[in-house]
Formats: sequence, C-alpha cells, structure tokens
Amino acid sequence: MTNTRDQSSDPITIGLFLLLTLIGWVNIYAAEYDPDTSVGIFSLSQSSGKQLLWIGVSLIMGLFVYATDYKLFDSFAYLIYLIVILMLVAVLFFGKEVSGAQSWFQIGSFRLQPSEFAKYATLLAVAKYLSELKQKTLEVRHIIFAAMLFMIPLALTILQRDAGTALVYTSLILVLFREGMSPLVLIFLITVVALFLLTLLVQKTLLLIGIVIFALIILGLTARTAKRIGWVFILTILAVGMVVSVDFAMNEVFQPHQQKRIMSLINPNADPLGVGWNVTQSKIAIGSGGFQGKGFLQGTQTKFDFVPEQTTDFIFCTVGEEHGWLGTFAVIALFCILLIRLINIAERQKAKFARIFGYGVVSVLFFHFLINIAMTIGLFPVIGIPLPFFSYGGSSLLSFSLMLFTFLKLDAHRMQVLQR
Amino acid sequence: MSSRSVVIKILIVLTGVGLSVRLFYIQLLDSDYERAAENNIVQKIIEYPYRGLLTDRNDSLLVYNTPVFDLMVIPNQVRIPDTTRFLQLLQISDTLFLERMNKAKHFSYKLASVLVNQLPNEHLAQIQGELIDYEGFFVQPRTVREYSYSGLAHTLGYVGEISLQDLKRDTTGYYRGGDYLGRSGIEQAYENDLRGERGVSYRMVDAQRVAKGKFREGTFDTLPEPGKDVQLTIDIELQQYAEKLMDGKVGSVVALDPKTGEILALVSGPDYDPSLLSGKKLSTNYKPLEEDSLKPLFNRALQAMYPPGSMFKTVQSLIALQQGIVTPTQKIFCEGDLIGDLAPPGKYDIKRGITYSSNNFFFIVFRRTMLQQKDPNMYLDSRIGLANWRDYVTQFGLGNRLGVDLPNEASGHVPTVDYYDKIYGIRRWKFSNIYSLSIGQGELLVSPLQMANLGALLGNRGHYFTPHLVKRIGNETSIEAERQDVEIDSVYFDSVLEGMEQVVTIGSGRRAYVNDLQICGKTSTVENPGYDHSGFLAFAPKDDPKIAIAVYVENAGWGGRAAAATAGLIIEKYLKGEVSRKYMEAYVLKGDFHD
Repeated sequence: MTNTRDQSSDPITIGLFLLLTLIGWVNIYAAEYDPDTSVGIFSLSQSSGKQLLWIGVSLIMGLFVYATDYKLFDSFAYLIYLIVILMLVAVLFFGKEVSGAQSWFQIGSFRLQPSEFAKYATLLAVAKYLSELKQKTLEVRHIIFAAMLFMIPLALTILQRDAGTALVYTSLILVLFREGMSPLVLIFLITVVALFLLTLLVQKTLLLIGIVIFALIILGLTARTAKRIGWVFILTILAVGMVVSVDFAMNEVFQPHQQKRIMSLINPNADPLGVGWNVTQSKIAIGSGGFQGKGFLQGTQTKFDFVPEQTTDFIFCTVGEEHGWLGTFAVIALFCILLIRLINIAERQKAKFARIFGYGVVSVLFFHFLINIAMTIGLFPVIGIPLPFFSYGGSSLLSFSLMLFTFLKLDAHRMQVLQR
Repeated sequence: MSSRSVVIKILIVLTGVGLSVRLFYIQLLDSDYERAAENNIVQKIIEYPYRGLLTDRNDSLLVYNTPVFDLMVIPNQVRIPDTTRFLQLLQISDTLFLERMNKAKHFSYKLASVLVNQLPNEHLAQIQGELIDYEGFFVQPRTVREYSYSGLAHTLGYVGEISLQDLKRDTTGYYRGGDYLGRSGIEQAYENDLRGERGVSYRMVDAQRVAKGKFREGTFDTLPEPGKDVQLTIDIELQQYAEKLMDGKVGSVVALDPKTGEILALVSGPDYDPSLLSGKKLSTNYKPLEEDSLKPLFNRALQAMYPPGSMFKTVQSLIALQQGIVTPTQKIFCEGDLIGDLAPPGKYDIKRGITYSSNNFFFIVFRRTMLQQKDPNMYLDSRIGLANWRDYVTQFGLGNRLGVDLPNEASGHVPTVDYYDKIYGIRRWKFSNIYSLSIGQGELLVSPLQMANLGALLGNRGHYFTPHLVKRIGNETSIEAERQDVEIDSVYFDSVLEGMEQVVTIGSGRRAYVNDLQICGKTSTVENPGYDHSGFLAFAPKDDPKIAIAVYVENAGWGGRAAAATAGLIIEKYLKGEVSRKYMEAYVLKGDFHD
C-alpha cells in the first residue's frame, strides 16, 4: 500500500452505492406508475422525482463529508451524540406525529426525523468509546457501558412509539461481538429470539416438552461434572421460564395492536383483510413475479395500491413482482457484496475508531436489509423500517449515505493514522 | 483478518441465501400467489343476454323483453343533498330506504348493491334529471318479460329469480344466486334455448375497485349470445276465442291439429294475466294466485284428471271390433236393465250405441271383452281379459304421459290387474266388480289433453302424433312429432266415426252442429259429487281432420250442453274463420248451463 497522504475513496463501494440508489429510484417510479396519469420519472409530483432530488442532496452531502477534516468525526463524536440525544428528547415534546410515531420535527414544509440521524451519532459514540479503551480484551463493564450508549437512543425511540427504528440499535451487538464480546452472548440472544418466535408458533406444552428433551440430550452428551449439570439445569429452567412468560406477555402485557402485528406474522391468513393485509398482499405481489417477473412497469399489485406503502417500506415488492426471482436475487446479492466489501474495508483500518465505526455501518445496514426483506415475505413482523438506498424518503437516504460516506472518508485517510 | 469477521461474513452470506431460498419458494414453487394476484385485480363482469322471444304459429309476437332499471348504490360514494326529496323521487319510505342502505353497506362499501329494483322506464325518465344531483347512485338496465296478450298464461309460464333449491340442483353450474330463469310452462321447458349464453368480460381494478382497463387485452372476454326465439304451435286468435268462451268457467279446452300433433289452443279456466307474474309484480301477485280456491295456477288442460265417461265408448268399440267380439254390423238387444241408462231399450249396433250412448250396449260389449272364455274360472278369465284390454287402452295414449313439451303433465290412470288385486285381493274380483269401466267411469282417469289426442287418433283412423307446443326453435327446421300407431285396423273406425257424426247431427251433441261441416263428436257427462262435469270430444272434418278438440266444463252438467256448444264454436271459428251462430255464442258466454 502506498503511503500517499490523500487516498481516493473505495470505487467499488461508491459503485455499489450508486447502483443500489439507481435501482431503487427506478423501482420507486415503477411502484407508482399509472399509464393514464404518468408524467415521467423526473417529475417532482412523483416520488421518483423527489427521490432523485434526495439522491442529489446525498451526493452533495458526500462532497461535504469529503471536504471535512477526517479527525473531526473522532473529536466531535460525543458532542454530536449529545446533541442528537437532546433532539430525541425534544421531539418527544415538540415533535409532530406521523402515522402513529411521534418522531418528526416540522420546520415549515420541511420535515426531519432525528431518529434517523441518531443512528449515525450513536455509531460515532460507540466507536469513540471502544476505540479509546486501553485494555486489549473487552471487559463486562465496557460492554455494559457501550450498550448503554445505544440503549439510551433505543429507549427514546421507543418512547416515540417507533419500535422498528429502535430495534435497529440491537444490531450493534454485532460490533461488540467483533470487538471481543463472548460469542455466548450472541448465541444466547439468538436463542432468546428463536424461543420467542417458537412460543408464538408452537403450542406451549409441545414446546416445553421439546425443551426438556433437548436438555436431556445435552446432559447425556456433555454433562460430566456437577457444574455442567447445574448449568444445563439452570438454562433449562430459564428457557421454560421464558416460554411461559412470553406466553403470558403475549396475552397480558402487549397492547392489542402489537399482539395483532405479531400474530399476523405467525398466520397472515387468519384475518387476511385486517392486520395481515399488508403481509398477505406483499407476499402476493412478490410471489406473483415468478422467475423473470412481469416486466418493468407491468406489475399490477403494487401500482393498483394492493400493497401498502409501496414506495417506502414495501419497495422490495416492486422488485419481486416486476423482476421476479432474478431481480430479488440480484438485489440480495448486491447487498451481500456491499456488506462484505465494507467488512473488508473495516478490517484494513489501522485506526480502531474507523474499524469500529465501519462495523457499526455494516451492522445497521445488515439489520435493515434483513428485517425489511424478511417482513415483506412474511418472515418477520411488519415493523416499518426502510430498505437502505431503495426506499423512498429523504431522511433515511441521507442518514445511510452519511454513514457510508463518513466511513469511506475515514478509509481514505487510513494511512495517516500513524502520523497522528 | 480477524476470525470473527469471517463469522460475520458467513452470517451475511447465510442470510442472503436464506432470503433467496424463501423467495425461490414463494416466487417459483408456490403458484397460489399468482392466482391470488389475479383475484386481486381481475373483476368479472357478467353481461346478460336477451331472452328469446315467443311467437305463435302465425308469427304473432306473444312474449318479448322490456327494459327496466335497477337503481344501484355504492355506499362509500353516497351524497344526498335532500333526503326527503330523494325518497319522494324513488317513492320509497324512509324505513325501507334505511334498511336497504344498511344491507348494501353490510355487503360492501365499495361495491354496488341494488337500492330499488326494476324501476319502469317511464318512472326513470321522470326522475333521471334530478338523480344527477345525488352521488353514489347509478342505474343498471335489465329486461323483464312483457306480454302482448292477457291470456295463455299456463302455456307461457313465467320467469322468476332462481330459488335456493334450484341453485343446488343445477349440476351444470350455470346459474348463480339472483339469476332469473323460466319457472313454469314454455319458459321452464325451453329455458336452455331461451336463456342464451351469458357474456363475460374481465377488467382490471385497483384496490379501490376503480377500473384500470381490460385484463390481458380482453383475450378471455366473450360476448353474450342472445337466446333463441321460440315459435309456438298455438294459434293466438283461436286461443283468445277459446279463452273468451271459457271466461268465468272452470274447465279446459285442448285443440290440436291431428295431422301433426301441434296444439292450437290450450285453455285452463280460471286463468290469470301472465303480466301479473312479470318482473317486480311476481312477488306481490304470486301468493294470492297460489292461495285462490279455484287454483288459477293449476293447468287443468294438462294436470286435471277426470273419468273419461261416455267418450270412452269409442275406445271400447274399437277394442271389441279389433278382437272380433262384435262385428261392425252386429246388433245386440238391450233390455236396459243391466246398468242405469238414458238410452231406450232396443237393438243396438256400434254406430247406434255411440249415437245414443247406450250404457247397456257397452256393458255387454265390455263383458264379452273381459270374459273371452280363456279360462273356465270367471275370476281368472277376468284377469286375462283385463290385462289384454289394458294393453289396447294404453295404445290410445291413456294411462301414461303423452310427452307434451310442458312440465307437470298428468299421466291419468288405467287400472291394472295388480291394482284390483290390491283393492279386492287376488282372485277375489271379476267382471262384476269392474263393470263401471265399460262406460268410462270407475277407476279410469284421463286428462283433457289425452282426450283431445284421442280425438286426433280417431280422426286419423288409428294413429296420432305426440302433442306438442313448439313448432320451431331459433332458425332450426320445424319440429316434427313422432307418429304413434294403435293396433286397430282402420276399417273398424268406420262404424265408430259414423256413430260420432250422428252424435252431432241427431244425438246428444247437437249443440256442436255447424252447417257444411262434418263434425264427429262424443259427449261425456262425468259423474261427480255435486253437479256433473260436462265433457265433449270431437274432430272435424270427418274425412280430412284438421282439428281435434276436447272440452271440459266443470259442474256444468250434461256434456251435450256447455262442452259440446263450446267445442262446436271453436271448430267453427277455426275451420271457417268466423262464427255465424251468434245465439250459440251468447248461450256459452252467458254460462248458465243448468235449466
């Protein structure tokens, strides 16, 4: 690697970014297309025209990021974090409610969603905190403090009744895992989520019997010492406790609309015209695409309004309907390539801050990508988070672009770190 | 590179693969989604065909279609500036209006329901201008049956909404709830020809059910195919004349063309105006008609069963002649003490027996028919005789449905050996138990249609054509009925027909006499608790029969009065075009046949 002062940013990532936003833009146009009233892809009366404007704004913002001194992100990380947290608090009092979530500032005709930028600020703060630790290994107190950094915006976002966006912060566990957190924590969390979903899917008694049988098998295979037997025993009790309490929570704690949303994941056909409507229609749109899709602008389910929010959270339906499995596979492949490319870039960082921030970007993008597509095909409850670079919307596009460009800016200076 | 980064990369790739596999399943393997997508956007619109028209044998239009309009409502688009005025326009009460609106809302807010059905054209024309001010309403044209004449209701039948049972019974899957179909008469019997084929068009709609153009450029659309017109054998002029004569009476007239079996007139009294059961009026008028004690919905011409009475003596004669039991000229002395009789004692042959309707003569003839000495035992001999006799009788089209092309034809009854076995026990009955059959009474039952057909058979000297009401369907060639032959040699008809001719010239049927017409007839006075029924069977002209007729007038006494007079007038009308005997017409119209 040459030791030039100012390296160009990674062209592969820039290319993938441009490709994804472009495909997203075309699909936004197709999702709303109506041959009778169409005024073209560039018209500002259409979402596609506005999105093009936002793509332009994102690119200009990218230039600003490049013009900024790369050290400032590190230096001002906590300050930015503090400001955004204050905004999250302020929005609770002065915010405007949009579709049930109190998460918007309205300034004239301009609307801003601070929670989108809170993700960015949180990534900076977590990266800052972890990069400044002197110890080689991550201790429990460090993990707890780092977790606090993202649990605060998470809690505030939940207070805005925007649970979907709040859940995104949990993806930062992946960052902690990369930085040395015990894999058991990751396995534990995945088990908890799996148990949660199984509780909803499978009858309680059957599930409890299954857990006991599973525990007995583990005992027979591994338990040699009293300590291990004790652990298996404790974990089994915990699992049983969780199943029972989730069952209780489903019936007693959750609000009816939350119950319905969760249950519609389990069986969208139970009430196809009610809560399950979104998922049912979304699956119909994607499923009817077949192998090759119906062709550009030939989709019927999205543009005839059967699929709700077809330009934002359910934009993936248009891809599935008009371009079939080939289209969805291509989009999934592009996302995977982008994420792996970002990991490679993160791994080549000499500065801890840049690497951790990079993993933060990967975690957030990965979470959005996985959950958004999973909810359109009925694998996850509809929690209303956008597909990065695809979904129509200025705040989310700017937020994702800001993360990406900041990371690329840091990467461009990766050789200068030693001179600091 | 950290090993943990590899773990994260594997996690990402596995996620990508997992999502792609799931997508592969719903996009390629599960075809339900494709069908569901089409169900979402495709709306099927049914276009109803015009029902075929009905005409008489001379192409006079009998039944046609007239447009009516259903006022439809789409609840979520409704805007009514002035409710009082609106209800006034539609002439419905506010409770009914609210009830129907609620029903429509219950069905769908986005889809149209009927608010007021079958608004007549004139009513719509009056209110259409003002209706524009009210949003969420539109009119949908339909057709209902309209009738040129007030009669012929039993033959034509009526059209009504399909019932739940019929819907379940429809194995072809053609009908849907709310469809209209022929529910009686020709409308029912020829439903498949008259109804035509529905057209279907498919269009795309969005989630708000707003039309978005044709589905697949209309590849699957079909045009409605109008129903076929059906030409009846009825002569509407003759039919109207017969209806006029039967007005106010209970009974029936069946007139047919012996050479073809085509039914020229079919009257059942009392009748009703067919337009009473057309369209919207059906629901209000059906029940009173059904509950009427005189049963106007009952088609007596086809469904009523009476003992044939003296008309049956013609059949008895032919069966005896064919078997050589009597010869055409053989005379039998009748003392007149075997059975009650109006004919005087004396010498009778077939011709004279028929002319004077001698009960005693036919008692003897029938006794010989029954007891042909095939077995020395009287009981067994009677069994053999009855079975043999019945074989002949059924050939005359009695005891079974003739197969007329209308529903609900009665079969009549010709008793079998088994029948008497059940009443009396095996070997416990003989001629003396069943002698009433000799004069067409007892357990014999026939329908007026069967008697008219017997008239045709007699006129044709041994054959008839299955009576029918439809001459032509659409553009097809005329329908020709099957010829049915009876095993009686034509020579044996001479004496019978001569007797029948004398019935009209010098016998009990003199009221049917028309100058210059050789009419052969036979009266019947059908025994009945209360006043007897008056019956008359005839055909004319004798040597080239053009019309055969049976007339029954219930509780009108002697056959020679009401029935013979009516039949004579109808024959005269048909063969001469007009009736010269106005006094006879007045006599029948007056309708008082008892002295």
